[in-house]
Amino acid sequence: MSVASYIFGIISAALILVVVIELLRRRHLRERHAVWWFIAGVLALVAGIFPQTLEWAASVVGIEVPINLVFFVSIAILFLVLLQHSSELTKLESKTRTLAERIALLELAVRESRDSNGSNGSNGSGDGHSQS
Amino acid sequence: MIVDFLPVARINPMAPEFARTLIVMPAFNEEASVADVVAEVKAKLPGITVLVVDDGSLDATSAVARAAGALVATLPFNLGVGGAMRVGFNYALENGFDNVVQIDSDGQHDPTSVPQLLAALAGADLVLGARFAGEGHYAVRGPRRWAMVSFAAILSRTSRTKLTDTTSGYRASGPKAVALFAKHYPAEYLGDTIEALVIASRSDLTIRQVPVSMRPRAGGVPSHNPFKAAAYLGRATVALVFAFIRPRSTYRVGGSV
Repeated sequence: MSVASYIFGIISAALILVVVIELLRRRHLRERHAVWWFIAGVLALVAGIFPQTLEWAASVVGIEVPINLVFFVSIAILFLVLLQHSSELTKLESKTRTLAERIALLELAVRESRDSNGSNGSNGSGDGHSQS
Repeated sequence: MIVDFLPVARINPMAPEFARTLIVMPAFNEEASVADVVAEVKAKLPGITVLVVDDGSLDATSAVARAAGALVATLPFNLGVGGAMRVGFNYALENGFDNVVQIDSDGQHDPTSVPQLLAALAGADLVLGARFAGEGHYAVRGPRRWAMVSFAAILSRTSRTKLTDTTSGYRASGPKAVALFAKHYPAEYLGDTIEALVIASRSDLTIRQVPVSMRPRAGGVPSHNPFKAAAYLGRATVALVFAFIRPRSTYRVGGSV
């Protein structure tokens, strides 16, 4: 491994961490969404600075070519992040649906009370607001 | 318990029942038929309250239904029949209606059967109006038919009563079912028919079926496209399987009502 590729690996990993931390700092990313990206950045940084840890980890799980462990872990993390997003999307859809139902009911209640006020005589102008 | 057909007479024996009952009609782009159906319901079931839930229609469904004398709740976007029915159940719960009867706004369901459904509610919490139970003419063929028959067999076991038409949208819910469904009516496609039955059975509600006659749909013919039928079968199976393996805690009523 050349010096250039060693430094490139470390800079890439550091960049991931910087971006994640900056987004967290500016509240553009919530902690629970940042956690997988943060783990990925830390793993990349460790493997970048100490390549022997990667070789050791690969031999522990019986992977002959260490880079395959990198691919496996990367795909696993992306998979988990996507799954988390799908689950969040489902929760958000369910919340919007409940809000839409609430709005429909509120609109109906507003219309009903306005109609019953309107039939009492005063029609908007003058002291119409003093009712209710 | 089968109750004789009650004709709508001048002196209406169902009047107290009607006052406690809310008719909920989910409507999506039904401006052509909704006014006639509302008018028919109000004429045949005097004194009953009709709530049309406009499920994000792009046409004048809301205005037409309101002009016909129905209460109208308008959803800001399309939620499907399940979402529309949740609005109906919540309205019933919050405004003191004991029973909810769902009627399609395309004129497929004949409102003269409503008194039979309400009468059956005396001994049950959820009453299905079934198309295949002898009355009326309604033919389905192919995979859709096989699906309906096998679902009927499975759901009959679960609900400990004989059900033949589990996907019927013509149904009446009593007070216990209204309270359950206001919180937990499934909003997924097909959840509103199949999964709702499983949730009701697993919540120990009593389910009954009464025969009703169905009219041909005002617009459109049921599809016989084999791919659509296969997709229907697949989605219905998924809905059914998940309805059974879902944890009970996801549809518990009480506590923080």
